[in-house]
Amino acid sequence: MTTTTEAAYDDVLTRYQPVFGLETHVELGTASKMFCSCSTEFGAEPNTHTCPVCLGLPGALPVVNAAAIEYTIRIGLALNCSIASWCRFARKNYFYPDMPKNYQISQYDEPLCGEGYLDVEVHGQTVRVGIERVHLEEDTGKNTHVGGATGRIHGADYSLVDFNRAGIPLVEIVTKPVEGTGALAPEVARAYVAELRDILRTLGVSDVKMEQGSLRCDVNTSLSPAGSSEWGTRTETKNVNSLRSVERAMRSEMVRQAAILDAGGRIKQETRHFQETTGQTRSGRSKEEATDYRYFPEPDLVPVAPDTDWVAGIRAALPELPAARRSRLRSELGLSADELQSLVNAGAVDAFAETVAAGAPAAEARNWWLGYLAQLANAREVEVSALPITPAQVAKVIELVAAGTLSTALGRQVVDAVLESGADVEQVIADRGLAVVSDTSALTEAADAAIAANPDVAEKVRGGKLPAVGVLVGSVMKATRGQADAATVRAILLDRLGVSEAG
Amino acid sequence: MAELIELSAAETAARIAAGETSAVEVAQAHLDRIADSDDQVKAFLHVDTEGALAAARAVDDRRRSGEPLGPLAGVPLAMKDVVVTKGQPTTSGSKILQGWIPPYDATITRRVREAGIVMLGKTNMDEFAMGSSTENSAYQVTRNPWDLSRVPGGSSGGSSAAVAARQAPLAIGTDTGGSIRQPAAVTGIVGHKPTYGAVSRYGLIAFSSSLDQAGPFGRTVEDTALLHQVLAGHDPLDSTSIPTAGPDVVAAAREGARADLTGVRIGIVTELTGLGGGYQDGVLASFKEAVLTLRALGAEIVQVSCPHFDYALAAYYLIAPSECSSNLARFDAVRYGLRAGDDGSRSLEEVMSLTREQGFGPEVKRRIMIGTYALSSGYYDAYYGQAQKVRTLIAGDFEAAFGQADVLISPTSPFVAFEVGERVADPMAMYVNDLCTLPASLAGTPAISVPCGLSDEAGPALPVGLQIMAPTMADDRCYRVGAAFEAAYLAANGPILAGVPRLGSVGAGTDGATR
Repeated sequence: MTTTTEAAYDDVLTRYQPVFGLETHVELGTASKMFCSCSTEFGAEPNTHTCPVCLGLPGALPVVNAAAIEYTIRIGLALNCSIASWCRFARKNYFYPDMPKNYQISQYDEPLCGEGYLDVEVHGQTVRVGIERVHLEEDTGKNTHVGGATGRIHGADYSLVDFNRAGIPLVEIVTKPVEGTGALAPEVARAYVAELRDILRTLGVSDVKMEQGSLRCDVNTSLSPAGSSEWGTRTETKNVNSLRSVERAMRSEMVRQAAILDAGGRIKQETRHFQETTGQTRSGRSKEEATDYRYFPEPDLVPVAPDTDWVAGIRAALPELPAARRSRLRSELGLSADELQSLVNAGAVDAFAETVAAGAPAAEARNWWLGYLAQLANAREVEVSALPITPAQVAKVIELVAAGTLSTALGRQVVDAVLESGADVEQVIADRGLAVVSDTSALTEAADAAIAANPDVAEKVRGGKLPAVGVLVGSVMKATRGQADAATVRAILLDRLGVSEAG
Repeated sequence: MAELIELSAAETAARIAAGETSAVEVAQAHLDRIADSDDQVKAFLHVDTEGALAAARAVDDRRRSGEPLGPLAGVPLAMKDVVVTKGQPTTSGSKILQGWIPPYDATITRRVREAGIVMLGKTNMDEFAMGSSTENSAYQVTRNPWDLSRVPGGSSGGSSAAVAARQAPLAIGTDTGGSIRQPAAVTGIVGHKPTYGAVSRYGLIAFSSSLDQAGPFGRTVEDTALLHQVLAGHDPLDSTSIPTAGPDVVAAAREGARADLTGVRIGIVTELTGLGGGYQDGVLASFKEAVLTLRALGAEIVQVSCPHFDYALAAYYLIAPSECSSNLARFDAVRYGLRAGDDGSRSLEEVMSLTREQGFGPEVKRRIMIGTYALSSGYYDAYYGQAQKVRTLIAGDFEAAFGQADVLISPTSPFVAFEVGERVADPMAMYVNDLCTLPASLAGTPAISVPCGLSDEAGPALPVGLQIMAPTMADDRCYRVGAAFEAAYLAANGPILAGVPRLGSVGAGTDGATR
């Protein structure tokens, strides 16, 4: 984000207030599809997980997957929603080649879960996001348009359709319009999606991988003049497939809309597509008139009537949800809200808590998981919790560093070795000789060698430029393969150069 | 050979089981009959000679090895082309599915095969089961074996004609608004629409999902019951399939055959007796005769009123087209069936609409358009929503009437078989064929049509049907009363199908004029 757009964004907020809403689609992690017994496994050869039902062959009929109903009720309960005692599926009719039946079995005016809410925290401030509804539907197939400039259906030479995804259970979670969050709106939206993702993961209902499309967001944004109680015309931005994109998409859409309004223009109600590369939204194909989906109750399916006792049982079996867990951890571990938030953002809450449980001090555990381990995870493009190292192993490293058996640098090498070999902490220390060199005479010898090899640097230090000693420390550390304690080395070097820290 | 095609299904199965004849002989006799007569009747769209003989051989092998055979093992059957058959063409009477070979069996196809029933082929029908004369087939016009210038009813007209013409002792049809009962009535055979949900819809090419129901045709009530018993039962692949076991309809048919209806209350539905006109006199005369017969069998006859039945036609012609407009959306040239104009110069949308333009006939297009309109935003409540309310009222009328009577009766159709071409130009004249059958369709209740006489009002003597309606899951009452009536009719008049011309090479001399 450049300073000019920051300025533009801040400027927008002096004149306009945003109202936003989010529609989130989540592919459920059931073993089989929504209305047939085909596998939901990701990444199979195209059109291998298909049958007459999910291909929409003539005569085939859907049957509801009970696990998908249960998962959706779990989500509804976690979002404080009411659960319908009776509801129906409905057909949403429209033609598109990725839709085997040219209608999607969805829910219309009778969703499985009704009004609820989700509280999210942004900069220590709690914002309640109202939930309008949670309903269940089937996913479509996936089109690949070959040829043509845009990769879209218009202008393509031909298109390929993979129906493996067709019929995978999809939950749609729709928020109420969120008002009054001002400049924080994009961050609230991001925090909402992040919280939702953590809840879905905790509930075990989805693998919530945004990059594989198992969680997808549509962001509705509108601006109204500051002080006005009337909402502006909204746009719907699709293709928002990461937490960062949720925030970026809303920011850029706010700036774009403000420019139009400033120039006296009107916002067109339309679908827009977010482009990761530019961070901007692009107008979708404009529809001449609103699509009429001709919804009607799905006659092939009997109504769903969740038994009250069954729902009560699902409620009783819900796991501890992320917010409750966080508040428990905060009080148990004495973390500040910000400290905890950074752990949440990194997806390291569980790893952190288990490291503390294994005996590590909270501050150290936090530094390791948010510092070196987060860097490694980033480089490997995985979640930090997915690194092949256990919280107990991390706790052991912390313990050895605290005891002086390992320097911080050595501790990192031990972590590297554990990740690389899969062996335990003690094992890699023994195998690779990674204990701290505490033999002062050996260090003094190395310090003298470093001074001799770098006369210019030594002169600078003697002349009072103390920070220059770092070069010499580095040289000694290199000579001892990192097995020395840096602070000890520094003290020895200063001593040999006749310079005192205070001077 | 001539004798084998005259036998009832029950008798055929008994002779095969006893080793008096073989399933292959029976199949061959019917295949020969089809070869000999179908250029006149045009009941079949596809005859599976090889498959039929293989299925028959399998039954014979099982008998020889001493395995127990089901009550219909080795009996030939004609399958309506709306039912999906693995490896055999299935078109639903439409050009849009020409050449499609399904990769799976409908549940009822599987049940038929598992019962050792020998499927001879697929029968003609109104395209996507939309019609009452089989004239809406995209392929051919099926003729009524009673008079080849007339229609065999519809939409299951291929199946009814095949049974009446002795091409098969049994057939399967589907009934959305009367498409089993009306063809049965106008061809002088028995046809039953089961309780909605009693027979699986999995593998029936959908017309109107909330109304469609497959059911049996036979020349006798007992044969029809035997086939019903094979078809009915819970299917986990159909969400609307009723999970509880249905009644024993075969036992009911056999009990009825004792011709005693003492203690049975039979209600005449006032609204279905043509008081406002529109029913043929010959039909009403046969119906009155039938009432006297039922009374003579010991039944108590009462008069009941179902005032909302008058709205059945209007409600039906909103609900059925609405559902069909959605059900038929899948025929889009993408995955199967016809693809028109895909020469590289047209867009997907153009190919889709050209395919639907060329692949659907006029009646199908008419209903898709009506249904699309009725479901449109702003019209839904006034049309589809209102029609569903009428449906609830009709179900309420049935419930009240069944408080006064065990079964309800009416003529099956206001008319006997009409001439080919007579009603095609006027959709309303065609739609009123279903006046008497629509209420049970909308309420999901069972109803049977049994032959109840002949009317020569329209020219030659042509069969009239008696409709017997029962409460949900009380299909056994239809069979019991139907069998009792059948026994009385047979005793008084002899077999009604004796009036069907012989057809084929044997009958060439007598019906040469109509060939």
